[in-house]
Amino acid sequence: MMKIFRTAIHGQPAGPRRPMLAVIIAGFALSIALPYFGLLNKYVIFVLISVGINVILTISLNLVNGFMGEFSVGHAGFMAVGAYGAAVTSVNVIPRWMGAAAFPTAILAGGLAAALVSLFVAIPSFKTRGDYLAIVTLAFAMIVKSALENMDVLGGPRGFMGMQQFTTLPWVFFWMVLSLWAIRNFVYSAYGRGVLSIREDETASELSGVDTRKVKVLTFALSSFFAGVAGGLYAHLLQFINPSMFDVIKSTEMLIMVYLGGVGSIAGSILGASIYTILMEVLRPMGVWRMVLMPAVLILLMIFRPRGIMGLRELRWFVYKAIPHSGAAAKGQNIGNT
Amino acid sequence: MGERPGEPLLKVTNLTVSYGPIKAVKGVSLEVYRGEVVSLIGANGAGKSSLLRAISGLVPYGGEVAFEGGSLAGVPAHKRVGRGITHVPEGRGIFGNLSVMENLTLATWQRKDKTGIAGDLDRVFTRFPRLRERSGQPGNTLSGGEQQMLAIGRALMANNECMLLDEPSMGLSPLLVEDIFQVIREINAGGVTIVLVEQNANMAILASNRGYVMESGVIALSGSRDELSSDPRVIDAYLGV
Repeated sequence: MMKIFRTAIHGQPAGPRRPMLAVIIAGFALSIALPYFGLLNKYVIFVLISVGINVILTISLNLVNGFMGEFSVGHAGFMAVGAYGAAVTSVNVIPRWMGAAAFPTAILAGGLAAALVSLFVAIPSFKTRGDYLAIVTLAFAMIVKSALENMDVLGGPRGFMGMQQFTTLPWVFFWMVLSLWAIRNFVYSAYGRGVLSIREDETASELSGVDTRKVKVLTFALSSFFAGVAGGLYAHLLQFINPSMFDVIKSTEMLIMVYLGGVGSIAGSILGASIYTILMEVLRPMGVWRMVLMPAVLILLMIFRPRGIMGLRELRWFVYKAIPHSGAAAKGQNIGNT
Repeated sequence: MGERPGEPLLKVTNLTVSYGPIKAVKGVSLEVYRGEVVSLIGANGAGKSSLLRAISGLVPYGGEVAFEGGSLAGVPAHKRVGRGITHVPEGRGIFGNLSVMENLTLATWQRKDKTGIAGDLDRVFTRFPRLRERSGQPGNTLSGGEQQMLAIGRALMANNECMLLDEPSMGLSPLLVEDIFQVIREINAGGVTIVLVEQNANMAILASNRGYVMESGVIALSGSRDELSSDPRVIDAYLGV
């Protein structure tokens, strides 16, 4: 097992480039072909799309909670901003004849709206040190929900509709790969190492010259952007959104997926989101009892694997090539580049 | 070397540090000249660490800190590193889950000159060959002495003129303490000005050109190495017999 897994924190040379690109292309081809030839029924496609959206949500939250070591508990708020932002863009801004061609624009608008709103949370709460972020994000998620409930232009508590069902399996696969790729490259860059150092020791990080406040705000905005993207995809999947979809339960689900899969791990985020989403579907016949089983699984996990399945470890695949390692150091190359 | 008149590298004037109602530093003034090793000794809670934390910008303070003649008022901690002050905090502050290499390169986070960074890395590895051997290992798997070497190595990566060392000998065996002080002498010989906070007053005074003795937030005494090590008050209170 240790052959495949490597500790992301170890600076050993990453293995030879695995055929990552080939897998991505194959995955993308499958995501088009399987529904096209009717090899999957609608339900399975829906579950796969949910897995993809949840992977985006999980990697987004993991960036803040796992890689940076801060604690956000209101990520559903950013998802909501993204969902409404994308939905409004696609219903009221983009002309209808443009159809699916303008879909990426709507999703981007959702992501950017979430990132912009995140600055209002990040700038004041990162001014001070400590665990304020948990409280602030919790309050923020409540504010977003009640604000949406009281905005009649957005349908208030009844919700907002009129979006076409643009969210298809290939689109979700595309956005999932994009978010994983962006966040992997970010955390394994020289700049991103500043994010990890904040988790390890914020004072030492600052004494090393890391502009901790700027890094925290930027990382938080990036995380919110992808939460917003996931929200946009979600809105165009269900074609209907209402504020109560983005309540505390939704935020909690994201936390469960992060801590199930493993903090500070890209592979863990994929694993956590997939296991959780599929398990919840498989257990659906159990009715209410699955809400008993799932927390029990989580408690057992915290006892036996407190950092999650892949906590602080990474699949060799996702480790960025240019992490400085002993071989490179001896030759004085590749130091501190991206 | 020593108390040559002229512009001090680091000048602290009437510095105060408060944590809420508690005053940790109550008006301290001191000067550090280029090439010196200056020790700050004193009991627990005398305000030594708070003084260092104020100099490096980690805590708000009253009074004035000037470096190379320019005031550092309003300069945040991460920018003071760029101005030439490196602080090795108490308890080392290494990044436990990051590799030794990542620990070292983090100190160059603001720098863009890749060749300069590679040169500094080479110097650090030449001085601490053990760090080269362990460069791929997470910091928290190193022994206490190695961690202290890593903390000092990371400070050297910043390639700054002035280094503040907070209790480098803490928790180390006597043999390792000797090693650390040897390293401090070597770094100083390489042209780095050092401010050394220590509980191990004996070693600190011997390693320094001058020293200040702090007692409950103020400077009680100051003088050259020989003056301090022969002062009966210092001998009584800190050196023991």
